[in-house]
Amino acid sequence: MSTTLIMGLYVFVLGAFVGWQVLSKVPHLLHTPLMSATNAISGISLVGSLVAAGSDHDVLTTLLGSVAVVAATINVVGGFLITDRMLKMFKKKPEVVR
Amino acid sequence: MTTTDVVQLLYLAASALFILGLQSMGKADTARRGVRFAEVGMLLAVVGTLLHHEIISYHWIAISIVIGSAIGTAMGLFIPMVKMPERIALSHAFGGLAVALVGVSEYVRHGAHAPMLTIAAIGLEVFLGALTFTGSLMAFGKLQGVITGKPLTYPGQNASNLLALAVALAGVAYVVANPSAATVFYVVLGLGFVLGVLLVLPIGGADMPVVICLLNAYAGLAAAATGFALGNNVLIICGALDGGSGIILGLMMSKAMNRSFRNVVFGAVGSAPAAAAAAAGPGAAPTSSANVGSLEDAAAVLASARSVIIVPGYGMAVSQAQHVVRDLANALAAGGAEVRYAIHPVAGRMPGHMNVLLAEANVPYEQLFDLDAINDDFGSTDVAIVVGANDVVNPAAKTQPNSPIFGMPVLAVDQARTAICFKRSFNPGFAGIENELFTKPSTMMVLGDAKKSLAELVQAVKSEAKLAA
Repeated sequence: MSTTLIMGLYVFVLGAFVGWQVLSKVPHLLHTPLMSATNAISGISLVGSLVAAGSDHDVLTTLLGSVAVVAATINVVGGFLITDRMLKMFKKKPEVVR
Repeated sequence: MTTTDVVQLLYLAASALFILGLQSMGKADTARRGVRFAEVGMLLAVVGTLLHHEIISYHWIAISIVIGSAIGTAMGLFIPMVKMPERIALSHAFGGLAVALVGVSEYVRHGAHAPMLTIAAIGLEVFLGALTFTGSLMAFGKLQGVITGKPLTYPGQNASNLLALAVALAGVAYVVANPSAATVFYVVLGLGFVLGVLLVLPIGGADMPVVICLLNAYAGLAAAATGFALGNNVLIICGALDGGSGIILGLMMSKAMNRSFRNVVFGAVGSAPAAAAAAAGPGAAPTSSANVGSLEDAAAVLASARSVIIVPGYGMAVSQAQHVVRDLANALAAGGAEVRYAIHPVAGRMPGHMNVLLAEANVPYEQLFDLDAINDDFGSTDVAIVVGANDVVNPAAKTQPNSPIFGMPVLAVDQARTAICFKRSFNPGFAGIENELFTKPSTMMVLGDAKKSLAELVQAVKSEAKLAA
C-alpha cells in the first residue's frame, strides 16, 4: 500500500471524528443552515474540477472539467449566499425599548 | 519553499477554517461568523489550486467560474425559503455531477497508467457521484411534485438494487485489474445513474428528510473518494465533514421517526397504509364524529387562553402561512397569553425546515422548542394550535401497536385542554394513517387553506380583544 493512501486514510478517519464531534453539537434549530453550509463546503470538489478544466489535455476533459467547475461554483457561491441569508433571519427577541 | 508547499499550506489553512466554521455553527449567534470562516477557507483553497502545476490554461476556468457564480448568485439571492428542500436537493445533484465529471476526466487523463488504488478511488468517485446526481434529481422531482410523492414499489425491488450495486462494485474491481477497460468504466458510471433513480423511487414524501440527508452523505463520500483519487487532503477532509453531517442528520431524523436507516431506505413505508386508505374509499374519513369549528369559535377559545403552543407542519410550508402564524402569535401575546412553538424534528421535508420558515417570519428563536424540551408542557397548556401537521401529532404512535408509526415520538397535542387543528381536508397525512386526534372531543377542526383561515382568525382574535377591553 502506498504512503499517500495511508496518509489519506489518516486524514479521512481523523476528519470524520472531528466532524462527528463538531456536527453533533449543532442544535435542531440550525440544521437547515448546517446542511446548506456543508453543501457549500463540499463544493470544494471545485479543486479537482479546476485542474481538469485547466490542464489542456484534450477537448473532452476540458469540456467535462468546465461543466464540473460551473456546477461546483454554483454550489459554493449559491450555498454560502443562501446560508448567510438564512442565518441573518435567526434573531433573538428584540430588546424592549422603554 | 516550493509552490507545492505553499499550495499544501493553503489547503491546510482552508481545512482548519472549514472545521472552525462548522464549529461556530453550533450556536445561532456565532453561526454567521462561521460562514465567513468557511468562505475564506474556500477562497484559500481555490487560490491554492490555481497555482497547481497541471493547470496551464486559465481560459475555460475563467469562463466557467463566471457562469457558475452568476447562476449561484441568482439562486442564492432569489430562491424563496419555502423552496429550501428543493434547493438543497438540486445542490446535491450539482455536487454529484461535478464529482462524476471530474472522475471521468481523471480516468481519461491518467486512467491507463495510474496506480491501482487511484483507479479504485476514481471508480468509486464516479459511481457515487452519478448515483448522487440522479438520486438528487429524483428527490427534487418528488419535492416539486413533478414525480409522484408516493412510494413506487415493484416485486424484487431491493434484490435488483442490490444486484446493480454488486455489479457496479465488480465493475470497479475489473477496471482496477484492467485499467484500459474503458467500456466497463462507463458501465459503472451508467449503473450509478440508474441506481440513483431506483434508490429514490420507493421513498415516500414523508421520508424525504432522511433521503436528503442520505444524498448529502453520498455527495460527501464521493468528494472524499475524489480526494483519494487526487491525493488531495482538503478534499478528503471536506468529504468526511459533508458525509458525516449527512449521516448524523439522517440518524437523528430516523430516530425521530423511530425507524432504522435501513427501514427508511428499503422499507417503502406509506405504500401499504395508503392502499388500505384507498380501499376504505375517499368518503370514509370520519367527518361525522369530528368537531368542526368556525373561526369565531376558535377565536372565542383563544380569547380565554393563557398559554398557547403552536405546532407547525409541512402544511404551513405548503400554504406559506408562517407570516400569518407569527401575526396570530403576536395578537395572542398582546392579549397576555404565553405563546411558544413546538417543532418536531421531522416536521416538514428537511431537517430544521420549520425553524427556517419561522425565522423568516421574524419569530425569535427563543420561542422555538424541540420535542423533548416542550412535550411535557402540553398537559398544562390551554390551547395547542396545529397548523398543517398530521403524523407528528398522531396519538396512534403511542396507543396503537399495529399502526405503522407506532413508537415514533409525537408531540402530545392531545394532552392540551383544547387543540385547534388547521387542515386542508380530512385526507390522511403522508403516511396515509387515520389520526384520532382530529376526532377527539377536545379537538376543534378548522378546515380550509391555513393561510386564509389564520388571517381571518387574527382579525377575529383582535376584535375579540377589543370587545373585552
